[in-house]
Amino acid sequence: MSTDQISSRTAGGTPGVVARLGRGLRLDRRYLPVLGALAVLVLMLAVGQARYGNFLSGRVLSNLFINNSFLIVLAVGLTFVIITGGIDLSVGAVVALSGILAASLFQSGWPAAVVIPAMVLVGSLIGLVVGVMVHVFEIQPFIATLAAMFLARGLSYVISLSSIPITDPTIVWLSAYRIPVGETWTITPSGIIALSVVAIAFYLLHHTQFGRTVYAIGGGDQSATLMGLPVARTKVLVYVISGTCAGIGGFLFSVFSRSGYSLTGVGMELDAIAAVVIGGTLLTGGSGFVLGSLLGVLVLGLIQTIITFEGTLSSWWTKIVIGVLLLVFVVLQRVIAVRRR
Amino acid sequence: MTSPQPVVQMTGISIEFPGVKALQGVDFRLLPGEVHALIGENGAGKSTLIKALTGVYGIDSGTILVGGEERVFAGPARAQQAGISTVYQEVNLCENLSVGENIMLGHEPRRFGGIDWRTLRHRAATYLDRLGLDIDPASSLSAHSLAVQQLVAICRAMVVDARVLILDEPTSSLDADEVARLFRVIRGLRDDGVAILFVSHFIDQIYEISDRMTILRNGVLVGEYLTRDLPRLELVSKMIGKSLAVLEQLEEAPKRSAVHDEGATPALQAVGLGRRGSVQPIDLDLYAGEVVGLAGLLGSGRTEIARLLYGADRPDAGQTVVAGTPTRLRNPRTAMDHGIAFSSEHRKAEGLVGDLTVRENIMLGLQAERGWARRIPRRRADEVVERYIELLGIRPADPEALVRNLSGGNQQKVLLARWLATAPKVLILDEPTRGIDVGAKAEIQRLIAELAKDGMAVVFISAELEEVLRLSHRIAVMRDRAKVADLVNGDDVGLDDVVGLIASGRAS
Amino acid sequence: MGIVRHRLFWPVAALALLIVVNTINTPTFLRIRVRDGHLYGALIDILRNSSPLLLVAVGMTLVIATRGIDLSVGAVVAIAGAVALTYIGSAPDPSSVGTVITGIGIALVLSLVLGTWNGFLVSVIGIQPIIATLVLMTAGRGIAMLITGGMITTITSPPYKVIGSGYWAALPVSVIVAGTIFLVVALLTRRTALGMLIESVGINPEASRLAGVRSRSIIWTVYAMSALFAGIAGLMISSGVMAADANNAGMLIELDAILAVVIGGTSLAGGKFSLAGTMVGAIVLETLDLTVTILGIPPAVTPLFKAIVVIAVVVMQSPIVRNRLAARRRGEPGDPRGVHGVQPAEPSSAEVTV
Repeated sequence: MSTDQISSRTAGGTPGVVARLGRGLRLDRRYLPVLGALAVLVLMLAVGQARYGNFLSGRVLSNLFINNSFLIVLAVGLTFVIITGGIDLSVGAVVALSGILAASLFQSGWPAAVVIPAMVLVGSLIGLVVGVMVHVFEIQPFIATLAAMFLARGLSYVISLSSIPITDPTIVWLSAYRIPVGETWTITPSGIIALSVVAIAFYLLHHTQFGRTVYAIGGGDQSATLMGLPVARTKVLVYVISGTCAGIGGFLFSVFSRSGYSLTGVGMELDAIAAVVIGGTLLTGGSGFVLGSLLGVLVLGLIQTIITFEGTLSSWWTKIVIGVLLLVFVVLQRVIAVRRR
Repeated sequence: MTSPQPVVQMTGISIEFPGVKALQGVDFRLLPGEVHALIGENGAGKSTLIKALTGVYGIDSGTILVGGEERVFAGPARAQQAGISTVYQEVNLCENLSVGENIMLGHEPRRFGGIDWRTLRHRAATYLDRLGLDIDPASSLSAHSLAVQQLVAICRAMVVDARVLILDEPTSSLDADEVARLFRVIRGLRDDGVAILFVSHFIDQIYEISDRMTILRNGVLVGEYLTRDLPRLELVSKMIGKSLAVLEQLEEAPKRSAVHDEGATPALQAVGLGRRGSVQPIDLDLYAGEVVGLAGLLGSGRTEIARLLYGADRPDAGQTVVAGTPTRLRNPRTAMDHGIAFSSEHRKAEGLVGDLTVRENIMLGLQAERGWARRIPRRRADEVVERYIELLGIRPADPEALVRNLSGGNQQKVLLARWLATAPKVLILDEPTRGIDVGAKAEIQRLIAELAKDGMAVVFISAELEEVLRLSHRIAVMRDRAKVADLVNGDDVGLDDVVGLIASGRAS
Repeated sequence: MGIVRHRLFWPVAALALLIVVNTINTPTFLRIRVRDGHLYGALIDILRNSSPLLLVAVGMTLVIATRGIDLSVGAVVAIAGAVALTYIGSAPDPSSVGTVITGIGIALVLSLVLGTWNGFLVSVIGIQPIIATLVLMTAGRGIAMLITGGMITTITSPPYKVIGSGYWAALPVSVIVAGTIFLVVALLTRRTALGMLIESVGINPEASRLAGVRSRSIIWTVYAMSALFAGIAGLMISSGVMAADANNAGMLIELDAILAVVIGGTSLAGGKFSLAGTMVGAIVLETLDLTVTILGIPPAVTPLFKAIVVIAVVVMQSPIVRNRLAARRRGEPGDPRGVHGVQPAEPSSAEVTV
């Protein structure tokens, strides 16, 4: 475990440097929770295949992406916030707001070229409000995003109380179009958007200074400030990102449901948080991976799929199983945190 | 030999906080290629001076020249850009990131707009190499010991081509080998022309590493000296602020000395009690009716041993013996149940509950002992609170006043009242007189003497040695986290003896 | 001047304002009529509607005072209703008083067990309260649906109906129950040392530990109480409609309860708490709902009002605004240094204020 051998080296260190870079691939404890999620995912696939025979088909797995593309995007946005040690409860309500806004704009004849950016921007705007509340007024993220949740929900009620169908040709096309991949796989534009968001987020988090600052803030606000990093700007930005992702999620959900409804997404933030936690991101901040969050969403989706396949199991088992998984992962994280000390 | 132009020159620096003059007209200069020790007891103004230099605090008057130009920094980040890097006592790095990232964060090499990880690791490795550290830049910082983290922090400071490196108590949690390693690195940097400001409470280390020193006391400059010109004894007397001769004259009060009978059972006994990284195993016997003074500088282990005796920290060596029976003090509560009380030096953080009233704070200990269900009847509580307000002279004499609104001295008295109300057999007082006015100080000293006379075993910790000498029957001298001497107080024990022990570990 | 400083001033003023607005709009608003020996009227409705929220908010107040939070109360509301109704519904004689009492007993014991579980995760395992209670918040509704078999269970049981819609001595039973529990908790916290120790743990955990306070058992107790009260609220809600809706019963009640606590002047950072403030907060929220209805605004807009109220309250409570206001009162332009948490090591000044 100890890597503290500080040999006092005297001269010409270059060979040492090279040798040192060579042993970079050691299993880091930070990856443990993600590997846990991966193991759960593989286990579920194996069990599904063993039980139902046709489980590992292209159709089932493609549907997994199609049905959960919006949740993937939400979880990605939340990952940023949670890594800084914050939380965002507003994402479900923003999905509803963005959806109902779009539906009513379409109803009054606006073109998709205007409506789709508006859906995303309304999310960014709510995120900005939250960021300002958290950073300038030092309101706890929990309360600030709770207020934002009421705000978004309230605004969507104001727009319309009833479900509005979306008949815009662009949206209809997006929801119906299937891109065949190989022989049995298909992917939808929504799936592509979701995966692109994952890729962009991965790049942002792991290959930009902004991303590393997000981690640094999670490791300790004060340290990050003393290290001279742009803490204030980054803190506001993560909420803008989460809001934007919720806006994109709203767009994907309205493509999925081809309607806007102000009661959409009640409790969706909990699913997204659960996915992030199961994917190995510490709710205390400082550690986590977007790819983990993707795995987390897939695990949740698979639970749903298995319960559907099972037929006799009722839908509420989904929630119980998610709760139990959440517990297992939280306790696991706690054990890792205690052992580290 | 003409001395080179100072890289930092601070002149007439004054800083005032509400009610406190933190610095008064302090001059300070730092030359390139020297290790300059900044010395002073708690509250002397060391960290205030550092924070004034790095822009954490604004200054009320004075000038700061960096490289000959007048500068005022808006914050540590700006100071860093000007080549002044600080490594703090608590390592301010991100444990969740890799060593390489911690070194390079904010200065990442880029390629195609993104971070170029390969180059980053290479550069970090080069910096690590320069300090002679053979560690993997890709490893997680949390996997390394505090000493290595400290060195990584210095590495980070080097990335910005620091001309000035401020090390604020870098050795406070390192062991001897680690300190030696750190010093090798410091000497290497000094030889490269870096000006190093070194803050430490360890006298030996100051003499080992520093070329020059500046001593502060109570926010005022005592003087700047070449280390080789100032004997240790003189250094300590300058720190505590009395010349030895004057101190001797002050000691006209009658001496107390050990009063316990031969063969008596100690009320509380520490046998080889210690904790890694905080205090080396020590023995200590506390007898009823005696005040045992713990003399030593800050960081000498005086507070650490007190916390072990109270079960506030867990020892990893030795045991505690309560009235002859070996007893494990698992937590403060167990210690309390055995009649031990501990008043922390950090009144606000670890003692008082600021938003509760004087009454509630005084009753907290007694009430905790009884559990929440059995509330102490109001009438009895009133009696207790009134008695201690009167006995200790707590002002305002209002049981309903919020404790956070009281002055330091009165807060200390409230804390004392809480513990006296539990009628302890052993009372451990860590710096009970620090930061309070002279009148309150005298009252508390008188009270301690009376408590001992009435049969309590008291441990008295203070940075003011004359106070320790005046009150104690026996004195344990602490130095570098170990006990170096046990003295029975008496006419033959003088301040110079204790100072000598603290300075060199040997009787002078 | 002094009365404005009182921490209940603003919530009470908000309540008064709402009542005035309603009375202007509907002059009969304040009228309380007696029919069949029962009291009727808008004010009585407000009290009755706010009873479940008050119960949950009282428990939440204690939890928040220890620096915690309980997100699982909504799920516990659903579970308690589901258990009681399922038991009563499947009993041979749903109308028998014995059956109803047994059903209630089972539901409350289960609630207590759930609260103990939360307390265990927080105080023993050391998981942050928000996460620990998130587990039950997520799984709880599934459990409730498991109990009801996924259907909205309805029963006919006059004795059970009493809890939510019955009257006793001219007053709604739910108001009496909530009021009694409120008084019991107020007495329990202020007549025993529980209140002081809760505040002490919430204000300064380390000082409390060194003073010998057993914070673990205190934290455990407040989570158990919070779930128990949520359970009672669940019985009231299910009795009011004589149905257990595992999906929707107590939906978002945790957020309303937190809001009531914050409006009532208890800081989310823990420490000093005010049960009276929480009561005012709960009543303000219910009056707000009723006002929206009376004014003819679609009730669905309530969340928007709530959002504005929450944002206003928390912004007023935020450090930056408070410092500005405090500086203005003292006639100073704020702290000139503008540095966070700058405090000299030895503030030896005599800053005695009386």
